[in-house]
Amino acid sequence: QHRHLLELLKRTTVHGESNSALIIGPRGSGKTTLLNHVLKYLREMKQVQENLLEFFMKNPFLSGLLQTNDKVALKEITRQLQLENVVGDKVFGSFAENLAFLLEALRKGNRTSTCPILFVLDEFDLFVHHKNQTLLYNLFDISQSAQTPVTVIGLTCRQDILELLEKRVKSRFSHRQIYLMNSFDFKQYIKIFKKQLSLPAEFPDEAFAQKWNNNVQLLSEDKTVQDVLQKLFHHSKDLRSLHLLLMLAVSAVTVHHPLLTAADLQEASRQHSTDSKANIVHGLSVLEICLIIAMKHLNEVYDGEPFNFQMVYNEFQKFIQRKAHSMYNFEKPIVMKAFEHLLQLELVQPLERPSARAQREYLLMKLLLDSSQIMDALQVYPNCPTDVKQWAASSLSWL
Amino acid sequence: MNTRQQSKLIYSWYGKPLGSDRKLRTSQYKGILITSENSKTETCIQLGDFILVEGVNADQPYVAQLVDLYEDGAQHKRAVVQWFCRLEEIPQNKRKLLKREISAQEVFFDQVLGYDTDIAAETIIKSIMVLPLHLGEELPIMTLNKEQTFYVKQSWDGKCFKVLSPDTFSKLKEANKKRGVITNSSKAFIPSDNLTPVKRETESVVQSATKPKNVDMEIESKHSVSKSSLAKERHSQRVANNDTKTPTARKKLELNSPTRSKGRLLGCEVLGLLDDDCDTVAPLEASATKRKVKFTNEILGSPPKIPCSNDKFKSISETAEDCQRFSDIQLSPFTKVKDFSEKDKNLFEKDSILSLAGYQKWSSQSPVLTPRSRRTCAQKTSALIAEQISLLKSHGKLAAEEDLSDSDSSYSASSEEEENDDVPCTPEKKTTSSRIFSTPKSSRKSAVHTPAKPLKKTPVQGTPRTPRNATPEIPRRIQAAQEPASVLEEARLRLHVSAVPESLPCREEEFQDIYNFVESKLIDGTGGCMYISGVPGTGKTATVHEVIRCLQQAAENDEVPPFQFVEINGMKLTDPHQAYVQILEFLTGQKVTAAHAAVLLAKLFSTPGPKRKTTVLIVDELDLLWTRKQNVMYNLFDWPTQKHSKLIILAIANTMDLPERIMMNRVASRLGLTRMSFQPYTYKQLQQIISSRLKGVKAFEEDAVQLVSRKVAALSGDARRCLDICRRATEICEFAREKRTPEIVRMAHVTEAIDEMFSSPYVNAIRNASLHEQIFLKAILAEFRRAGVEEATVQEIYHHHVALCRMEGVQSPTVSEIMAICSRLGACRLLLVEASNKYLHVRVRLNLSQDDVMYALKEE
Repeated sequence: QHRHLLELLKRTTVHGESNSALIIGPRGSGKTTLLNHVLKYLREMKQVQENLLEFFMKNPFLSGLLQTNDKVALKEITRQLQLENVVGDKVFGSFAENLAFLLEALRKGNRTSTCPILFVLDEFDLFVHHKNQTLLYNLFDISQSAQTPVTVIGLTCRQDILELLEKRVKSRFSHRQIYLMNSFDFKQYIKIFKKQLSLPAEFPDEAFAQKWNNNVQLLSEDKTVQDVLQKLFHHSKDLRSLHLLLMLAVSAVTVHHPLLTAADLQEASRQHSTDSKANIVHGLSVLEICLIIAMKHLNEVYDGEPFNFQMVYNEFQKFIQRKAHSMYNFEKPIVMKAFEHLLQLELVQPLERPSARAQREYLLMKLLLDSSQIMDALQVYPNCPTDVKQWAASSLSWL
Repeated sequence: MNTRQQSKLIYSWYGKPLGSDRKLRTSQYKGILITSENSKTETCIQLGDFILVEGVNADQPYVAQLVDLYEDGAQHKRAVVQWFCRLEEIPQNKRKLLKREISAQEVFFDQVLGYDTDIAAETIIKSIMVLPLHLGEELPIMTLNKEQTFYVKQSWDGKCFKVLSPDTFSKLKEANKKRGVITNSSKAFIPSDNLTPVKRETESVVQSATKPKNVDMEIESKHSVSKSSLAKERHSQRVANNDTKTPTARKKLELNSPTRSKGRLLGCEVLGLLDDDCDTVAPLEASATKRKVKFTNEILGSPPKIPCSNDKFKSISETAEDCQRFSDIQLSPFTKVKDFSEKDKNLFEKDSILSLAGYQKWSSQSPVLTPRSRRTCAQKTSALIAEQISLLKSHGKLAAEEDLSDSDSSYSASSEEEENDDVPCTPEKKTTSSRIFSTPKSSRKSAVHTPAKPLKKTPVQGTPRTPRNATPEIPRRIQAAQEPASVLEEARLRLHVSAVPESLPCREEEFQDIYNFVESKLIDGTGGCMYISGVPGTGKTATVHEVIRCLQQAAENDEVPPFQFVEINGMKLTDPHQAYVQILEFLTGQKVTAAHAAVLLAKLFSTPGPKRKTTVLIVDELDLLWTRKQNVMYNLFDWPTQKHSKLIILAIANTMDLPERIMMNRVASRLGLTRMSFQPYTYKQLQQIISSRLKGVKAFEEDAVQLVSRKVAALSGDARRCLDICRRATEICEFAREKRTPEIVRMAHVTEAIDEMFSSPYVNAIRNASLHEQIFLKAILAEFRRAGVEEATVQEIYHHHVALCRMEGVQSPTVSEIMAICSRLGACRLLLVEASNKYLHVRVRLNLSQDDVMYALKEE
């Protein structure tokens, strides 16, 4: 892949050939890294060989997240191509003028004499959604006609990107696709892990670097560490998640605790994989827990049908009456308040937008927690009253 | 700008009908009166005058000479004109034939056939000046009325530029002389008269400046005795010339100004008489140079008096004085034959006495200058004159240009001499031959001197263009692009879509059809539409461009009438309404807003334009011009149906049934039934295309080409795709060659390229997914099978996922992790995920068939 891309760009620069290509791969598969690497390599090569560094000064790098429509994108291209000096202080009147201007600029060049331009469209899929795909059409059209040599490279994570292109745009695209996959297996993953953690040779304190690297070597052979990594690997092959985990672990390193241990990694992994919603449940009051349990029972009874506050309150009342515990005997407004708190925490979600007419008590709601999550959370909930726990386990036991 | 926009103009005939034609029921007139309601000024335009005619572009009216005026049976005022064309009206590719710089003020005598010379009189805007000049002469410069003066050097007959033939030249010149004072508006009357004397002055001054030198030259030549007789001969000839010319011009002037007050008439008569006088006197004198000087002085003499007395005709006594003065001057050259500089001074002294105070300064300067070179002196003097003119101008009114024309005409006489003096060494035969040429040439020269100066001084109006016209440019590359080194590289270059083939194989029929269509319309001078459809990559645009190219060639060879070619591309417009702007810019170079452009275009195409060429408009990607009200498309297709539009539209789009599908009935009906559809290429055609491109380069195996073309033809018939595959195959071949040495592209390479382009990425993506992602997909399948619906919520899938994890013996993930997996798969579009904050209740769907997922997962 690296070589393919390198060849492609080399041809554009050396022969003045126009090309277009897409780099497709899931998030974190190194699309941008690959491109940057190739560009860096090319720059070095040129400097050595032909001293044509100027080629790459022109390197519009457009991101679909920043250039939200063609107008902004065009302005950015103009800026990056440093064409404003031609325009002087004239402000671009309209989008149309701008487009015509740029097209004119690109049309003037020809294969042999004009400096090739590399367009990199990051988040290519977002450009596809621009109106009429004007920008893409024009870029591809230029790359398919005898104008200024351009290379259009799109980076995207969407596998179905080609289907999103309009047919005439698609026809102009050269259908070069470079797929990037995280195709390594676990052994390579461990190697990457080692490489990422190891200190480089130019680290000032050599003795420490030696010690640290040895430690990393040991860690990589440690069973628990391997388990942690295996879990992460199973979870996602994205290298970014590995970096994240290692960041968490390394941030535990202090002066007194100079070396990374397996426990650190385990802790980091635990933090990394905790369930966010369950965490919220830990901080709830007993009343709110009771309401959630009531909702869970309702969900079981009605098989996931939405409920409203009145139903929850009734369920809760049933529980109170059966147990006749005065300590849980709250006024309805208090229960309502607790319910609204849950709503704010987004543990419960209304089905439709609250309207002025409907009473809040009868607004239909859905619980955003799974029953297993609730049970897990109750297990670790501190000082949970036993009868509540029992009630959570079975709603029918009191009948 | 067009004066009509500012005030309403009333056109009425001037004078009685000269004659009428019973049969045609037309009556002819000698002039037309244009009255402006606002300013209450009247302008009279007569036959032979130069006029501006309303054109396509309001900023650039057409230039023409009025040949005939008549009223036809339907009471319409008509005019017959001789066109002049501006540089802008000459096709770009022909301009280079000129091989010289053209100023904005230069026009060409138009001999192109086919332009309608019969126009409505109401389109006349105003009168202007057109001065004939010689080729090679500098453009004259004028301070005043820059916009109203044009110069003509060459004629243009649609193919090449020619030097003006002598008779047209003299005709033009006469027309200029005749003009006299044309704007007889009641207000402009006095100022114009006031100016004339000034003009005369200047003129005379110029003459006197140049004359002494002539005399010098002549005297020089006369020093050799042998030549003197020849010179005399020449002079006498010239005198004869002058005699014939000037009086007639004067007389015409008289004729042309019948409406003038009698006083004015008298003045003219006096002038004319004087002219006659001097003419008659001149032959008597042996050397014509003296006569010339006298002539100038005579004119010189008149002006100083005129400004003083309002009625400004000279009393006879004054003329007598003048005559005396002439004789003085006549004498002076004779006496001072030996010393040129002395004589110069003398002459200038006389001048300074006669001229106004302002001139004295100048005249004192000029003697110093004269010895140097005639040219510089003349230029300087003219510059000074121009300055003074402009000064006077500020006092008086405009319309000094007519006076200038007078001066020009009289210059011609003087400079004639100059010309002749230039060739004193070869007097015998060249005198006669140069005689013929000299008239137009010299007049141009002299004219150059006076009016050309201010142009440099006053900022030229045309030049400060907005930077929008500054066409941007991508910087040049430092090192030249490498030329293809190997056979494969050469092949790749030829296979690039942008490489333009010499011919378009497999599209001969379509080419012929379109060509015939456009050609017939061009020859008929009518308008029409043609709709061309076809899937992408079937060569629609290429064929149409080829047709246009051929037609342009034919037009150059004069086989078809010339036409304008405009192309718009729906994709390259940001908004359908921008189409108007682009078309207008192509046609006239104006830049206006979309709404205004629509109005202008509608006007342009609906009114009969006198010298409109047929326009061929290509509308690429027509479907993008669709708007809800469809007014853009409606207008586009409505114009060709107009009688005078001369517009041919070639509309290109992808879908065959576009007119039926998206167009309203009224639009579709205007589009007409001329349709053509480009069928996708068959494999044989594709094969032919590739082999024609690869002609002479042995890079591909026959079978390989066939495989590619068959594959593509089966899929889409898109030639672009076909070429791309071939290019990719050459690359793969090149990679492979580094190891071994296969010289040409074989089947294997092509297959690899095809696989690369057509392979589905999904299966590969799934195989490279992480374990939990794969389990999640399995869970989805399980849930789908359970529910029987191809949609499930994450909550349901989660339960399955946990169960599957237990079966596999893997630690089950938390809900947060499941959500992360889900969104990751969604980002790759393996799954279609509902985008919302519903968390567990997000609905999930597979983006590929279940079988594919099964297949991908089973492998492991």
